[in-house]
Amino acid sequence: MSYANAVLQGVFLGAFYAVLACGLSLMFGVMRIINLAHGDIAVLGAYVTFAIVDRTGASPFVAFLAALPVMIALGYVLQLTILERALRSGLLVPLLATFGLSIVIQNLLLLVFSPDVRALGASTGGLNTASLSLFSGGITIPALGVTLLAVALVVFGALHLFLSRTRAGWRMRATAEDPDAAELIGIDSRAVYAWATAIAVGIAALGGLFLAIRSVFDPVSGPVQLIFAFEAVVIGGMGSLWGTLLGGIALGVAQTLGAQVNPEYAVLAGHVLFLAVLTVRFGRVQLLPARVRR
Amino acid sequence: MSLLQVESLDCRHGLLQAVRGVSFEIAAGETLALIGANGAGKTTLLRAIAGAHRPLAGTVRFDGADVTGLPPHSRVSRGLALVPEGRRLFAGLTVDENLRAATIPGRKGRWNVGAVLDVFPFLKPRLHSPAGTLSGGEQQAVAIGRALMSNPRLLLLDEVSLGLAPVAVDSMYRSLEKVIGEGATVLLVEQDLTRALEVADRVACMLEGRIVLSGDAKTLDRQTVIEAYFGLKRATAEGSAG
Repeated sequence: MSYANAVLQGVFLGAFYAVLACGLSLMFGVMRIINLAHGDIAVLGAYVTFAIVDRTGASPFVAFLAALPVMIALGYVLQLTILERALRSGLLVPLLATFGLSIVIQNLLLLVFSPDVRALGASTGGLNTASLSLFSGGITIPALGVTLLAVALVVFGALHLFLSRTRAGWRMRATAEDPDAAELIGIDSRAVYAWATAIAVGIAALGGLFLAIRSVFDPVSGPVQLIFAFEAVVIGGMGSLWGTLLGGIALGVAQTLGAQVNPEYAVLAGHVLFLAVLTVRFGRVQLLPARVRR
Repeated sequence: MSLLQVESLDCRHGLLQAVRGVSFEIAAGETLALIGANGAGKTTLLRAIAGAHRPLAGTVRFDGADVTGLPPHSRVSRGLALVPEGRRLFAGLTVDENLRAATIPGRKGRWNVGAVLDVFPFLKPRLHSPAGTLSGGEQQAVAIGRALMSNPRLLLLDEVSLGLAPVAVDSMYRSLEKVIGEGATVLLVEQDLTRALEVADRVACMLEGRIVLSGDAKTLDRQTVIEAYFGLKRATAEGSAG
């Protein structure tokens, strides 16, 4: 029963990773940008929400609704100012630019908010601790986990509907496939890119909100979140939206199962799954030398 | 007044000068065929008119306004659409999505998905298939339909018969003649001289980046065109610009 419970908790944890990874996947899918500042942007979103909660005493969810437009605008401007220039100079430059951005965000957060560890869980009115026990405690269903799973399904579902059912979504997919051809049918590819980044940053901020609720965060929490998000994207298949949701859940389940064996193995199990997927997909492992196989 | 005016346009690909001082005009309702051998600069000229290639010098005026500095999407919203060489469909989008993504809210006109299907009825059963799974002829029809969806005032067609089976080319041109017959203004690049002379009102022949011959499709002597096409004689029937 405890393994079944571990799998269940893994699904909830994976939903969190999927939300974190969603924007990373979107930006890679549309612009082929691997945003190394993605984790720091999520943490920035957490801090903006935290600042509002700290000043007004509002619920983190209400505060997030106020922080969201700020983050979306920030994403839009980020694309038009930094990423667009970087993209024009080839594939490597956006990687360097976002790496630099990551350092800038971390240091700005250190300056403004100090290195103190923060958390928002306590202001959620018990959502982060409430749970339901089943089978005399063998299975626990945490309220936060259920919320996260619901949020993940809504986010991925909404993004899927946007991309497959709306004209703006078709135009975004068209631009992702061939930006030059998209221009020739009247699509302003700069604006599409800016909106893609805006949406990605908005969803990253949502990931940051849940990071702040389910655990603690500080100005340098970003890179670890980036690694988990990146692993979710790669496990699910680069640029595939539903793949990212499944990848996040697979990562979460791997981590909780690893922890079930030994708490020290949690993160390691996730990395092992990530490496296994990488090896199978890109490595074409040759278990035996070519001569023997023939 | 002419719908499109190109004045002494120069375009380069790195060190190679693909278009050299090209000037011509197209009147509204006219069909101009641009012919010439591979590498004569036809595609580059079309791409420069559509805004996909930044010219080194010269101007492109559309409907009286200088559009030389505008990005391609702004030219589309003014009514200038290019069917690019190689079709450039969005392979992962369905035919329907390819067409509907190309609508421009501000431009009203007769073209919508239904009107495109009337011109290319063979696309009907493929409407919800990914564009990447279509045959070459079907893809070319989608590419033309996609350009029409913006209700263009000037349609640029770059080698629409390239890589198609002869039967597909025939049906393509039958459909195009319907569109042209309705009074559309068209600038088309075509390798096939006979077809170009059939479809167009006027023919311009490019050689090594210049327009070396231009004239009325009905009266132009075939032999003169062939000589200009291959550069056998630097023939100029009516001067270098029409």
